[in-house]
This record gives sequence, C-alpha cells and structure tokens, in this order.
Amino acid sequence: MTERDEFIHETSATDVLAAFEGDLPGAPPRRSWRSLLVQYLPALVSFVAVILVWEGLTRLLGVESFLLPKPSEVMASFVDTAPVIWGAGQRTLVEALGGLGIGVTLAVLTSLAAARWVGFREGVLPLAIAANATPIVALAPIFNNWFSSTSPVSKMAVVAVVVYFPVMINTTRGLLEVDPAEIELMRSLAATPAEVTRRVRIPRALPFFFASLKVASALSLIAAIVAEYFGGPQDVLGQYIINRANLFQFPDAWAAILVASILGVALYLIVLGAERLLMPWHVSFRATQ
Amino acid sequence: MTDLVVEARGMGKTFGSGVEATEALRGIDLDIASGDFVSLIGPSGCGKSTLLRLIGDLVSPTVGSLTVNGKEPGRARLDRDYGIVFQSATLLDWRTVEKNVELPLEIMDFSPEERPARAREMLDLVQLGGFAEHYPWQLSGGMQQRVAIARALAFRPSLLLMDEPFGALDEMTRELMQQEVLRLWEETDTSVVFVTHSIPEAVFLSTRVVVMSPRPGRISREIAVDLPRRRDDDTRESARYFELITEVREALRKGEREGA
Repeated sequence: MTERDEFIHETSATDVLAAFEGDLPGAPPRRSWRSLLVQYLPALVSFVAVILVWEGLTRLLGVESFLLPKPSEVMASFVDTAPVIWGAGQRTLVEALGGLGIGVTLAVLTSLAAARWVGFREGVLPLAIAANATPIVALAPIFNNWFSSTSPVSKMAVVAVVVYFPVMINTTRGLLEVDPAEIELMRSLAATPAEVTRRVRIPRALPFFFASLKVASALSLIAAIVAEYFGGPQDVLGQYIINRANLFQFPDAWAAILVASILGVALYLIVLGAERLLMPWHVSFRATQ
Repeated sequence: MTDLVVEARGMGKTFGSGVEATEALRGIDLDIASGDFVSLIGPSGCGKSTLLRLIGDLVSPTVGSLTVNGKEPGRARLDRDYGIVFQSATLLDWRTVEKNVELPLEIMDFSPEERPARAREMLDLVQLGGFAEHYPWQLSGGMQQRVAIARALAFRPSLLLMDEPFGALDEMTRELMQQEVLRLWEETDTSVVFVTHSIPEAVFLSTRVVVMSPRPGRISREIAVDLPRRRDDDTRESARYFELITEVREALRKGEREGA
C-alpha cells in the first residue's frame, strides 16, 4: 500500500469531510529504474548462478557435448549460426502468430456467442471442455495432410486449435461471472443486453482473457515447433533442431532452443504490456504502483 | 391523484411455487406522494427490500396492482423514472469516479458535451468535486456510496430508491451521509424510498416511516414524522425525536409478536 492509500483508508472513518478539503495526488508515480532493478535482482542472480554452475559442472565432470553442451559452446553456436537460427525463428514465429491470431479471434467470437445465447452455451461448452482435455497436438499429422505439410497454414491450424480452447473457456467464464448487482444496476437504467455486454461483461472478462492469452502465447510457439517435427520445410526451428540433433551438433540445437525461448519470452512480455495498457485499473497491478 | 409517485393496492409477492413457495409480501397498500421521504423499516425477512425492488421493477408482483408515476413499473423503469442506490456502491472499477457517474448518461444517449458537465455538477453536489479522476478503489466506503448517489441522481429521476445504502458504513460516516441525503432531497426535489433496519435513521430522515413485519411481509403501521423539515444535530437530541423512535420501536415489537 502506498502512503496515499493508507491516508485514504485511515481517513475513511472520521475525517471524510477533512479529506474533501485537499485534493489527493492523481496518478501514482512511475517506478524508477532502480526499484525495477532491485525487484528483478534475485531472478537475475539465480539465472547467472545456474549458467555458471552448468558451465562449471560440465567442465569439471567432462560431460560430453552430445549429452549436455557447455553454455559457452551454445553461445558460440548462437553467434556463429545467428542468421540461420534467427531466420528459422522468424518463420516459426509467423506460424505461431498466424495460428494465435486465428485461434484467439475464433475463441473470442465463440465466447461472445456463448455469453449471449444460453442454448448455444449449453450445447457447445461441454463439447469444448471435452475437446480441451484431448491432446490436440496429436492432430498435427492429420493437419499436415489436410493443409499440405509444405504450407505454413498446416502449422497455423495446429496452433489455432491448441490456443482456441483455453482462450474460449476462460473468456466465456469472464463474460458470465459478473456481479449480479451490476446486472441489476444496468437493468434499473433500462440498458439493452448489448449495452450490458459492452459496458460490464467485456471489461469484467478482460482479466480472464489476458490470463488465457498469456498461456496461449506460450502454447503457440510450443504447438508450432511440435507441428514442425511432423514434417514440412527444413528452414524452421523444429526441423532445424531435429536435423542438428541427428548430426550430433547439439550446441547448434541448443542455440535454436535459445532462440525459441527468447521468442516465447518476448511474446509473453508483449501480452503483459498490452494487458497493462488496456486495463490499468486491475487489482493485480495495484500492489506494484 | 396525479401527484402519487407510488400507488400499491393489495399487492403480494410469492417467490417460487408449490412446496418451495415463499410468500415474501402480502396485502401491501401503500401511497407515496411526490416529495415524500418514506422509510421502510422492519426485521430481516420482512420483505422491505422486496418492496423496494417491486417499485423498481427488478421483480414483479404476483398479485395486486402497483403503479409508479401513474404507470406500470416496467414502463416507469424504461422511462428512467427512478435512480437506485444499493447497499454496496456497485461502482465499475475500470471507470474513474466521473465516468461512473456518466454511465447512466451514456446509456441514455446524453450528448458527449453534456455528460461531463452533468457528472461534475453531480459530484459537486455530493462534495466529491476534487475526486473526478480517481478510481473507486482509491476512495473510502462512504465516498464510494456518495458516487453511487451522484450516479443515481445524474439523470434527474423523480424518484430515488435506496436499499440500505449506509448499512456497511461506520456510525460517524453514516450520520454525515444522512445529513447529505437530506440536503440532496431538498435541493433536487426528488421523492425518496429508503430501506433501513436502523430506527434512528428512519426517524431522522423521513416524512413517513412504514413499519413492516415478517412471515409474510406486510405493512403493520405507518407513522408520520412531524419533526421540523429542517433537521440537524439538534433534531437528534430533541424530545420529539426520541418519542418517535420509541413509537417506531414499539410498532416493530408489536408487529413481530403478531407475526410469530
């Protein structure tokens, strides 16, 4: 709690009128770089420690490169093969983003329909929950067949199906889990169902939507790479990793994995940024303000 | 007869049906005139909130007749004849204080130029002029409830329905808010129906106290409050105030005995 919050809470009892006399400061101050650094320092320290221990142990115990390459070898390959792995990363990213876009769009449309029509909700949601429990990646070979394994569309289809269910189920829940008092308030104002959706349900669903989007953004890269394992063009991350591993070039494979991991973190941070931009009011951000 | 804001005749409400049916209200006859401040008081389960919600067309009567401003309650709701304040402020926490007050104005298609002007005016009226850009969570409970009142009055309804609006507030804040509501009532020319379970609150605020008793909910007595219209801390210490409190208390006891 900031000082200002404490001020407000303490004044709530007896000094309500006193609080009116002076205005309170507006938006909370932005955090400084220093406090950001302090907050993330523990994570940074443990990351460096893991790398150092990894490097030290592989050297000390003489672990063979094909079992576990040293971080220094991986970094060397990461630098040497940069154009190749980043090119592959770019093509995999296009598949992941394409699938994410298609899957999330369809999921949101389904959620809006499910929130609007009870019959649709009762008919479709149980099926969706059942489908969500199936390991959907198993569909990859079939999609390769349907959409031609050489086309990125077959990978996008796998990604779309994988991200669809978590986003759809969570967003629907958010749209439906609205405080009954808010619905009564809207009724007292003679608001139409469309108004209720626009002004109450959608804002209420945003936290649910973003929580699922964070999961989906990570899933999209996983799904794209797994779909690539089932065949298709060679210049993508999944195939590159398989090929380098088959040639016992494990530092190269690890360097490609590093690219995938950087892309995954970047995607997550973009979603996080969008979330803060679109719902600055949300309770989960208040603690850090 | 046209100045009756609320007119109920032989009105009853039963929730559910068959063996699970619960009779919430029976034989309600109630007239509320324009400019009245009527409190509904009674123990839990006496149907006072249900009566308020019937007037607001949030539920429908099972038997009898009810008109609001001479119309069907549903028509009155669609005509936006009343504003409502619930026990919890029910502010939308993604909207600033000002945008919360603008919510009814947006739904009612007020022009974008008129909305902020109206909202600021209402916030000044509830003495929250300096808090327009704050978010609800930055305000105390009493301040949030003031915002809810400003929102309910923003479109100038002829009737204000309040369902235990100060139930969650501490005693000091509560007394301040009561003073505030009386001031608003005088300044805005609104009729008020006020649900409470506090006897002093009902007496202090109202022109008329409607005492209700439970199982099934019905009106057991109506007590006209003949205190001077202008009320302040002196009112709370006057002899007549205490007499009226005693009268309401005895009416509540009597109603309870008859119900049991």
